[in-house]
Amino acid sequence: MLRRFSASPYLLWTVLFILVPVFMVLFYSLFSPAPGGGYALDLEGYRKFADPLYLEVLWRSIVIALKSTLLCLLVGYPLALILSRIEPRYQKILVMLIILPMWMNFLLRTYAWIPILGRNGLINSLLGSLGVAPLNLLFNENAVLLGMVYNFLPFMVLPIYTVLMKIDRQLIEAAEDLGADRLVIFRRIVFPLSIPGLISGIMMVFMPAVSTFVISDLLGGSQITLIGNLIKDQFQTVYDWNFGSAISIILMVMILLSMSILNRYDEREGGTSMW
Amino acid sequence: MKKRVIEGRNLAKEFSGQRVVDNFNFCVMSEDFLTILGPSGSGKTTVLRMIGGFEMPTEGDILFEDRVITSVPPYQRPINTVFQKYALFPHMNVYENIAFGLRLRKAEEQEIRKRVGRMLELVNLRGFEKRAIDSLSGGQQQRVAIARALVNEPKVLLLDEPLGALDLKLRKEMQVELKYMQQELGITFIYVTHDQEEALTMSNQVIVMNKGKIEQFGSPVSIYNEPVNAFVADFIGESNILDGIMYGDYEVGFAGQRFRCVDAGFGVDQPVEVVIRPEDIKLVPAEEGMLRGIVDSIVFKGVHYEMVVLEGNREWLIHSTLKAREDTEVGIRFNPDDIHIMKKQERPADA
Amino acid sequence: MVSKQIKRLYVFLVLLFLYAPILVLIVFSFNASKSTANWAGFSLQWYVELFHDRQIMKALYYTLSVALIASAVATVIGTFAAYGITNMRAWPKRAVLALNNIPILNPDIVTGIALLAMFTFINMPLGFMTMLLAHITFAIPFVILSVLPKFRQLPQDILEAAMDLGATPGYAFFKVILPEIMPGIVTGFLIAFTLSVDDFVISFFTTGGGVTNLSIEIYSMARRGIKPTINALSTLMFVSVLTMMLIINLRMNKDSTRKGESETPYLPAPGAGSG
Repeated sequence: MLRRFSASPYLLWTVLFILVPVFMVLFYSLFSPAPGGGYALDLEGYRKFADPLYLEVLWRSIVIALKSTLLCLLVGYPLALILSRIEPRYQKILVMLIILPMWMNFLLRTYAWIPILGRNGLINSLLGSLGVAPLNLLFNENAVLLGMVYNFLPFMVLPIYTVLMKIDRQLIEAAEDLGADRLVIFRRIVFPLSIPGLISGIMMVFMPAVSTFVISDLLGGSQITLIGNLIKDQFQTVYDWNFGSAISIILMVMILLSMSILNRYDEREGGTSMW
Repeated sequence: MKKRVIEGRNLAKEFSGQRVVDNFNFCVMSEDFLTILGPSGSGKTTVLRMIGGFEMPTEGDILFEDRVITSVPPYQRPINTVFQKYALFPHMNVYENIAFGLRLRKAEEQEIRKRVGRMLELVNLRGFEKRAIDSLSGGQQQRVAIARALVNEPKVLLLDEPLGALDLKLRKEMQVELKYMQQELGITFIYVTHDQEEALTMSNQVIVMNKGKIEQFGSPVSIYNEPVNAFVADFIGESNILDGIMYGDYEVGFAGQRFRCVDAGFGVDQPVEVVIRPEDIKLVPAEEGMLRGIVDSIVFKGVHYEMVVLEGNREWLIHSTLKAREDTEVGIRFNPDDIHIMKKQERPADA
Repeated sequence: MVSKQIKRLYVFLVLLFLYAPILVLIVFSFNASKSTANWAGFSLQWYVELFHDRQIMKALYYTLSVALIASAVATVIGTFAAYGITNMRAWPKRAVLALNNIPILNPDIVTGIALLAMFTFINMPLGFMTMLLAHITFAIPFVILSVLPKFRQLPQDILEAAMDLGATPGYAFFKVILPEIMPGIVTGFLIAFTLSVDDFVISFFTTGGGVTNLSIEIYSMARRGIKPTINALSTLMFVSVLTMMLIINLRMNKDSTRKGESETPYLPAPGAGSG
């Protein structure tokens, strides 16, 4: 008896607090309160989004997310590779060192760059003591990019590292036995086998990067508006729920699409099982 | 006085439209050691689980001492089980595992200590009380599982292929020990296995099962010597199975000749299947043989030589303590009562 | 191919990059002056000010109480859910596990907005309760992912063995199954707790009426400019997270060496803590 209904509270909870809310967003994106009471169909939100102004926001968010993903990849892949080859003794510690910052409060991690990049911050005062004029390091796209890479780098490193570690050492030995040198081994064995981890990493960076608003808020100021900021404004300041919900749905669809595209390359269960 | 302990009436079990057990009728008497023998997928474990209460029969009833217990949950049946993978409680030590059932019955600490101690003696694990389960070998875990079940003094003990994970020597030792325990304690054992040698060694009653149905029920000797059909003959021991014709009572023809045999009642000119055990075939010089053939292969098996002799277009499997050279001509002989006749039947696909 | 020195340097640089901001915060939290440009001497004044800041103390109170209650509830629901899932047949199991992934893979902002939408639709006032419900919602999947493997590791037929020996299903669950899965339950609780303390985006959208948490406070403070008390707060949070993480990973090491598997250290989700 217990067995059959054990998962029921959870299922009920999921329906109430996960499925229903998503439908509510869909609802709000399609309906607005009508003047006479009740709700009427209102597609204004979606129509509004077609405005080049907002499309540019979407475009910018995607581009920045892609850039940061690429940067994370370029920095993170070599790191994962090196890590996987270090003596096991140090490996565990190093991996933990890389993960540790991630457990720190996300806001603090982002905020931490402000005292460093700010006009009166660490870097500028160092430059000042060298006689260099202060730089505008904050409140621009590069600062946001930096913030993203800083926050999400470990999310790229870890899946790749995990997959690299799972590669059977004997495969490499077999290749060496057959005459392959290190470059060939990497190109034809290690790299192809690491692709599922790569895909995982890309998913885990792109997704939060494209939907963030904190990083663009704190490090970009009012200069950089991303999709996340747009949504947040609709719900917190402008109170245009119809529009905000529409954007949210568009964001959700976009993420679902990118995940299913990526998933096609990641046939194995390895996708989310790195937990 | 022997009485009926467990009875199964018209048992059937269906899983997603498939009849895993069908038309299963049997009964077990007190102090019996019954083995349900069958290949993988024959449904034997399902039958055992129905007796234990872990599966509800789709049809039919289970009776315990003539009382219907089909809907009684496992924790209320006076039956205990030794599971295939032992299912020992990892977070409890040996003592606690064995004491589990007794604690549930709220037995007194002293009583528990006494009975657990006696059990550990019985299974040769004295001194192992505080040991952790994962520190034990397979054989030791096995014995803890047996002790845990037996300490509750059940009327019936169910064993689900308990020796499968043990190496050959240990398995043989355990077979002897289990038989000894069963006789000492006077408990009814119902044992499930696919190993026919195990079945023949330990039990006094055997049910041969295939595809959910009973093929034959009887003592090990009768099943071995008088298999009722090709499946049983093929499954139990090795056999030579040939097509033949029953010309009439006590006369059968196969391999191009007529032979006297000891079976009757099959009718006249009836197609039948003939079974002759490899160890019943005698090797003789070619001229003295009932049949003649060429030795195709000979393998030393320790206990005997296993030979394949080609005769006509047939292959004969022979177990003999006599040696013969490959590619030589030999004669084979057998006695009339070594010829077993069976009704012609659908043969199961060879493994 | 690439020399060992270069590899070591690379790893060092990346680690420097990851830890520099945190170290800056920590160091300057002891700075007697406000700025991050000049060091004016060692001082604990910011820590003192921190403890006198009513708003921050209030946020701390809410953060901890929500985290405790939410993790406790999520752990109970999640454990029972994992039990039910373990006993499901193949296709319902796959469906439920996919369902379970939704809050993990969804960007925080979507989860937050969705919950906000639902709470608003049913006219539930935003406050402690709504934040609590939201935290429970995103914590449950992690508890499930933590406890589920423990169920899988249970010896086969163990429940049946207990019943065979006379235990009712309830007794068997509490006396036989629960002790075995306890490590997973505790880890799940700790992870839920950490995620809750760390959460920003979801809390941001689902709270109201003056109820706040540490992350939200940091956000408001950060937007208004640099405040040295944030540095003190960061240091304290860093130390507590470090401790938490050591505990979690030590537990996992102890557990995995007992079972003989190797596991990578635990990783918080990209969805949680992004935004």
